[in-house]
Amino acid sequence: MTTLTTALPGERRVRVGRLLETVGAWLLGILWIGPLLYALWASVHHRDAATSFDLTAPLTLDNFVSVWNGAPFDRYYLNTVLLVTGILAGQLVLGVLAAYAFARFRFVGSNIAFALVLVQLMIAPDILISENYNTMAQLQLVDTIPAIGLPYIASAFGIFLLRQTFKSLPIELDEAAEIEGCGRLGRLWRVYVPLARPTLVAYGLVSVSTHWNNFLWPLVITNSENARPLTVGLAVYNGTESGIDWTLMSAATVLVVAPLLIAFLIFQRQFVQSFMRAGIR
Amino acid sequence: MPVRPRSLTGAAAVAGALVVVAGCGGGGDGSGGSDGLTMYYPVAVGGPLTEVVDKLVADCTEETGTQVTAVYSGSYADTMTKAQTAARSGQGPDLAVLLTTDLYTLIDNDLIVPLDTLDEDLSWTEEQFFPAFLASGEAEGKLWSLPFQRSTIVQYHNKEAYEAAGLDPEQPPTTWEELEEHARQIQEQGAAEYGLEIPSTQFGNWMFQAMAIQQGVENTPGTDGFVDYLDDPGSVEALTWWKSLADEGLMPSGTTEWASTPEDFLQGRTAIMWHTTGNLTNVRTNASFDFGVSMLPAAEQPGSPTGGGNLYVFNRGDENSRAAAYEFSKCLTEPERAAEWSIASGYVATGEPAWETEAMQEYAEEFPEATVARDQLEVAQGETTSHENGRVAQAINDTIAAVLTGQAEPQEALTQLQANIDQILQPYRAR
Amino acid sequence: MTDVLAAPTGTEAPRSEPPPRRRRGLGDQAFAWALLTPAFVVLIAFTHYPIVRSAMASAQERGGEIGTGQYERLVNDPVFWQVLKNNIWFALGTVPTSMALAILMAVWVNNKLKGQAFLRLAYFTPTILPMVAVASIWLFFYSPGIGPIDQLLSAVGLPTRNWLGDPDTVLPALMVMMIWKQAGFFMIFYLAGLQNMSPELEEASTLEGASRWYHFRRVTFPLLMPTTLFVFVVAVTDAFKIIDHLFIMTGGGPNNASNLLLYYIYDTAFSFFDPSYAGALTMALVVILGLAAILQFVVLERRVHYR
Repeated sequence: MTTLTTALPGERRVRVGRLLETVGAWLLGILWIGPLLYALWASVHHRDAATSFDLTAPLTLDNFVSVWNGAPFDRYYLNTVLLVTGILAGQLVLGVLAAYAFARFRFVGSNIAFALVLVQLMIAPDILISENYNTMAQLQLVDTIPAIGLPYIASAFGIFLLRQTFKSLPIELDEAAEIEGCGRLGRLWRVYVPLARPTLVAYGLVSVSTHWNNFLWPLVITNSENARPLTVGLAVYNGTESGIDWTLMSAATVLVVAPLLIAFLIFQRQFVQSFMRAGIR
Repeated sequence: MPVRPRSLTGAAAVAGALVVVAGCGGGGDGSGGSDGLTMYYPVAVGGPLTEVVDKLVADCTEETGTQVTAVYSGSYADTMTKAQTAARSGQGPDLAVLLTTDLYTLIDNDLIVPLDTLDEDLSWTEEQFFPAFLASGEAEGKLWSLPFQRSTIVQYHNKEAYEAAGLDPEQPPTTWEELEEHARQIQEQGAAEYGLEIPSTQFGNWMFQAMAIQQGVENTPGTDGFVDYLDDPGSVEALTWWKSLADEGLMPSGTTEWASTPEDFLQGRTAIMWHTTGNLTNVRTNASFDFGVSMLPAAEQPGSPTGGGNLYVFNRGDENSRAAAYEFSKCLTEPERAAEWSIASGYVATGEPAWETEAMQEYAEEFPEATVARDQLEVAQGETTSHENGRVAQAINDTIAAVLTGQAEPQEALTQLQANIDQILQPYRAR
Repeated sequence: MTDVLAAPTGTEAPRSEPPPRRRRGLGDQAFAWALLTPAFVVLIAFTHYPIVRSAMASAQERGGEIGTGQYERLVNDPVFWQVLKNNIWFALGTVPTSMALAILMAVWVNNKLKGQAFLRLAYFTPTILPMVAVASIWLFFYSPGIGPIDQLLSAVGLPTRNWLGDPDTVLPALMVMMIWKQAGFFMIFYLAGLQNMSPELEEASTLEGASRWYHFRRVTFPLLMPTTLFVFVVAVTDAFKIIDHLFIMTGGGPNNASNLLLYYIYDTAFSFFDPSYAGALTMALVVILGLAAILQFVVLERRVHYR
């Protein structure tokens, strides 16, 4: 495009408009990132500095040390990692199998089956806490990591997404594989799964984010630090009888959000694209 | 960005392995094995106190020979929830530290055992524990629990703020009038934003009970799990007074958070606060100013409810495990340990023998503030305890919130509240 | 050569050696169901079965007999209506605002303004945080007197308020926090929608002399309708599902001013130990979410496909 030294009136209006927009967008951006930045700031300062906004106050890592020693956050980390990994593994296995069935097979009751799956889109296991607790108690799984993850490994969202993806793959590839003598599972394994990889990755990121941050069901089903994940650990840490130290709480919060946040900062594009891809219907 | 392909069989294997590993690692089963017991406990302060509890538990493991896994299960409410839901599904703890007010709820649901089934002679308890604390564990003529972390409400005041306001820092308020005067003067002199803070969330009902006692109401603890003092004229007076403090601006308006009140005190936002003595060590450690602790002021009389948690033995396992749990509780509540726990936390050491230990005597000399809560026991009443305690306490808290936020008038609200409570407790009268 | 009995998905393509069709048809059916079984076992066990069990539990009255007593209780329970009202207000307050902000953010990010990467980061980050962490941060923010918001207000000379302790401000305060967390998430979906639109549309509008706002109103927004409907349903569901913050911030208070239905269910089941009443409340929630689902499928499916 040419750059004119004298701007036309319309262009000047557009430029001013664009400038205002940029300013507006930036203000909103700062407003949006503000709270998190403040929490970060509070976590590295002493108790008094946090509430008095002293910008020149000395930095300290003491809060993190206190938090780390004050509650078994290392155990919480381990539990959370095991949990999200287990859930994702389960979701992928069950989801791929079920999506394959819905996408490529005609069978009696497929509509009813699909409707049943869709029910879970609206009515998640999360809201059925009372009865699901009873089920887990009968299975003798209370306060274990599998108990947290089990209700989620049949993911309606995942099945829906993967079905969509599988359906969009050209049938010729399937047929070609069949000609080569591939059985049905073989075709799934060799044709569908590799081609659906971007969706699987996207789904993986969404799932990990979601379950890293899940709170209510883990709260209900765990009793001790044996299975307690980070979110419940944070809530338990904050729920003290003798009062909140805001800087300690900020430090604990930072500890809990850090991994996902750092992963997000590094893999921003992938995260955003994953969520986008997951949402495209 | 290269991504490792997800192997279906590999994923299944991983998932399977994780299930097994996690299942093995998770403590799903309540009892820690044939010899091992599980104990649930809430902790007032995060951090160092978990270590103290661990040490107490380790000491007693050695002394009694019983292996106990101590599980920190969050706040009092959380611990009660966890203990109950786990117990109902057959995987509960063998012993737990729970609020004294949960007594009837636990009995009603057959979750705990009376101590006379585990010990023929319980007279030792009368020598070891203060009668006020012991009484909180008694129901239906039996003793059900042993005092462990007990408290009363105490009044903390900021001596520096007092001086700045021209008040004598060694003369905290002893009557309601004095409290109002001091608070007024502090605010007028600008020594603090608020003269006084009395928290009204979470344990607002505890604070309210104190005011009712100070107004001369007698039956605040309730009888046999039935509570009927809520619409007593003294109770109405109490709530009206509480509201007037906020209306006058001596206290923040609306509800005041239990958890942020100590922080407000430490930051100098309020010069006086009513809070649990269990906060004492926290305040002592973190205050950058001189502060004092005193008994709550009197209206018609001084007084405070007791509070805190007792050790309960749960109705599970066999005779041996229950006996072991009882022995362990005895060990944890021994005078030396009670003293250790009290010094570390600020809770009141639970009996005379504990106060007579060397450690406790030294501590009391060095830090006389710790004796205030104990001295207040003479004018203390038991904490309000009823059937369906969760619901009843919530109802009281809701009413206090309604009045303090101006949504309801004290007389009307309390009459309605008593009617509500009567309705909740109705099914238990038939027994 | 077309195979008359072939499945419409075309897996039954003609082969050199004709397969025994009926056996294959049956074999395929069985295979499909075998594929579905693992997922269905879990699905039924943790979604459908609990719904049925909740219904059964709700039929148990306080005295132990079977009846509709719990539902009578529900209808007469002022807390239930308060909670329902709160939830509806909460949805009304957060859903349109989040969506509007999300569209705005998406448009800004899509327009490649200066610092696009920063903007996208800033808007989306709250989504990555767990709700309990968000609640902890905002609990501090709203703390009367010493919290940053009150400090900011008093620095500027405005009166401070007890945001979470005042029944008039507690729900709006929570809504603000929810919008903060959600808008970036919805932005992503709108971004996807915007990026899928061909730039020729905008060029055509510009050529016709239409203003950007006109173009947005008449072209962009209607084309984004599928996204809007999807986001709307997710937002409404979330307004009923997300209660983590209540554990950290207000516990539903003061006096149930911020209580939400799922939190009331939690309290009833796990603080008051009343599984029958919890069952009745759960059924109420299931019905509400079910209605939202029907809304989605009836309205969404009526929309013409744009691709």
